[in-house]
Amino acid sequence: MTTRSLQGTSPKTTRPGKSSSKTQEGSPATGQQLGAVSDRLSENGNGNGSLTQEEQLAYGLGWFGIGLGLTELMMPRRLAHATGLPIRHRGLIRIMGLREIASGLGIITQRRPAGAVWSRVAGDVIDLACLGVAFTSAGADRKKLAAAVTAVAGATALDLLCAQQLTRDVVTRNGTIAVTVSLIIDRSPGDLYSYWHDFTNFPSFMKHVISVQVTGERRSHWVVTGPAGSTVEWDAEVTEDSADTLIAWRTLEGSDVDHRGQVRFEPAPGKRGTLVTVDLQYRPPAGTLGSAIATWFGQNPEHSMKMDLRRFKQVMETGEVITTEGQPAGRQGSTSWKYDRAVRGSGTPRTRGRT
Amino acid sequence: MKANCWYGKRHVQVVDVPDPIILNQRDAIVKITSTAICGSDLHLYNGFVPTMEQGDIMGHEFMGEVVEVGREVKKLRVGDRVVVAFPISCGNCFFCKGEMYSLCENSNPNAWMAEQFFGHSPAGIFGYSHLTGGFAGGQAEYVRVPFADVGTVKIENGLSDEQVLFLSDIFPTGYMAAENCNISPGDTVAIWGCGPVGQFAIRSALMLGAERVVAIDRVPERLKMARDGGAHTIDYEETDVYDMLMQFTGGRGPDSCIDAVGLEAHAPTPLYYYDRLKQAMMLESDRPIALREAIMACRNGGTVSIPGVYGGLIDKMPMGAVMNKALTLKTGQTHTQRYLKPLLKRIKDGDIDPSFVVTHRLKLADAPQGFATFNDKQDGCIKIVMTP
Ligand SMILES: NC(=O)c1ccc[n+]([C@@H]2O[C@H](COP(=O)([O-])OP(=O)(O)OC[C@H]3O[C@@H](n4cnc5c(N)ncnc54)[C@H](O)[C@@H]3O)[C@@H](O)[C@H]2O)c1
Ligand SMILES: [Zn+2]
Ligand SMILES: [Zn+2]
Repeated sequence: MTTRSLQGTSPKTTRPGKSSSKTQEGSPATGQQLGAVSDRLSENGNGNGSLTQEEQLAYGLGWFGIGLGLTELMMPRRLAHATGLPIRHRGLIRIMGLREIASGLGIITQRRPAGAVWSRVAGDVIDLACLGVAFTSAGADRKKLAAAVTAVAGATALDLLCAQQLTRDVVTRNGTIAVTVSLIIDRSPGDLYSYWHDFTNFPSFMKHVISVQVTGERRSHWVVTGPAGSTVEWDAEVTEDSADTLIAWRTLEGSDVDHRGQVRFEPAPGKRGTLVTVDLQYRPPAGTLGSAIATWFGQNPEHSMKMDLRRFKQVMETGEVITTEGQPAGRQGSTSWKYDRAVRGSGTPRTRGRT
Repeated sequence: MKANCWYGKRHVQVVDVPDPIILNQRDAIVKITSTAICGSDLHLYNGFVPTMEQGDIMGHEFMGEVVEVGREVKKLRVGDRVVVAFPISCGNCFFCKGEMYSLCENSNPNAWMAEQFFGHSPAGIFGYSHLTGGFAGGQAEYVRVPFADVGTVKIENGLSDEQVLFLSDIFPTGYMAAENCNISPGDTVAIWGCGPVGQFAIRSALMLGAERVVAIDRVPERLKMARDGGAHTIDYEETDVYDMLMQFTGGRGPDSCIDAVGLEAHAPTPLYYYDRLKQAMMLESDRPIALREAIMACRNGGTVSIPGVYGGLIDKMPMGAVMNKALTLKTGQTHTQRYLKPLLKRIKDGDIDPSFVVTHRLKLADAPQGFATFNDKQDGCIKIVMTP
């Protein structure tokens, strides 16, 4: 085959593409109200009222936005000068101002500011796009514009962070943290139920569980890693047990570490193994014993629970837990658990009240 | 043992590290005989992939001899000569059973982190940041291979290392990119990037029945290697790529377009500086220049196949073109294990000799020099193979 180098006389032109991006929330499937289980498990009650760090950040951003918005609205000319935008774009600046004020007000007047903060993120992105366009237009002072873009970009990053945290943070009800995590495992409900039901298997996949001893027909004794190398122990009892389907448990009355949970095993659709769902509730506790369970569930109990459930899946599907602990590297010490720790952290988890 | 480790942007170094040991019973230890530097390593080298740690051992294209196996390793024996696939895959999960090995659900110990970035985690990968597990790589004298029965193919004597080494990544990667194009007789396939992945995509597209292949790059020796492999070529610095492709296809556009460039694309237009700026300000993580061009050039109803690596967010993605032209996008880390045996057979049958791509042979100790040469495309460098 003869091949050739294709060359032409056509002039080089750029074809910038059009962009559009939007995030969309998934809608629940018909036939079932999703999320009902954890609601049922949770008690009703009021939030604890005081502001979390994220909320404080959100309100700060809200006021900042209003201030900036007013400036944009009242003094577009001066702002245009300060940011390097051509004067003829002052209409644009006014619109940006209105947008800032609207979302700022949204944040400070709402009890749950997450939505309004997301609107700030969207607004920031639009501003950035406008500044991007301005970059290429005649009469723009590129140096000043670059500084403005950088400032807006910084604000975007902050808004994004805040919105994500508000959206995904731990929710407490009446001081109880509720976590639901599920995973599909390619084994039968019966296999999974049996392995789970033998609580002495827990140390093989639950990172913080040192040992579990069966002390009675429904009772077991747990030893778990606590803060700073300590161990913490408690007794638990099975409250519901339905073969191949469900196991529920709770810590015994008077136990310092107060939690309860259940695991359900349901055949996954399409014969794809088993849908395993864990519902867990615990009280973010006070005192030493309290911080033990906080160590276990970490900064983000949902992640921690999911990591443990993933290890359960690994054991059941592959026969081992994947690891890099103990592999070589060109540095002192191992970092393999660094990222794990980033999730679990230590100390009391951040919580947020909900009404 | 000696290993090539990452210490920062454009900074790798060969240092002494402990030998790897069996950590799980399905692991094997392989004594490396040949190891390569991949275009994907350059993304780490240039600091575009987050979650690298100082001292991480690099490398995901390697082969060698099995020197130790765990109790649960069933097929491999000490003394076997093997090529190792770059994704780490359990062989038991939903995705492995469906031969989508690079999506294995059980091989990334840091899956939660990838989930934050991507919504879900891909498989673990050797020497490719902690986002994909932080596994020690194969630019070393020895390597630990988890799930060794699944991730290796045995090589009989008679084939040289250089003929089979690229089964670990770039040959299957180029092949899957072409396979994803669903090539029919008469098809024209355009391929952006004539690096090693592009070279294998060219030859695979022709093997799979493409009538014509057009390859795009600006590096003369890479364009020449593409022509040697049977492609027509376009130097994107000399000619407008879109116009040239339209002339070549009577205005209809190529039936499939392959982006074998990835997130560090270069362009001789202002758009390049736009993307560079946004990347520097962390407003986008990737420069999708070749991707945009491939989408715009692809014929209506055609396929854009993307073996090029992207890590995060891109800007000015012509989604309108994808939608209104009814394009199909196909992409992914390569499901390498799926191709090990079929492509080994192609090599044995003489359909292809992958060693054509090798331009430089170095000692492992010279890895830092190798990275610089390959990254800067100096000295006619297209592919580097290193031996311990
Ligand atoms: N999907 C996978 O599993 C997989 C596996 C291996 C490699 N990769 C990726 O494939 C890509 C290519 O790998 P490689 O080893 O060939 O790398 P490489 O860096 O050697 O090749 C990239 C080539 O693209 C050319 N190029 C840059 N900008 C271009 C443009 N605008 N138009 C046309 N060509 C352009 C460069 O000149 C270079 O020759 C990388 O992104 C790599 O990470 C993916
Ligand atoms: Zn590679
Ligand atoms: Zn798997």
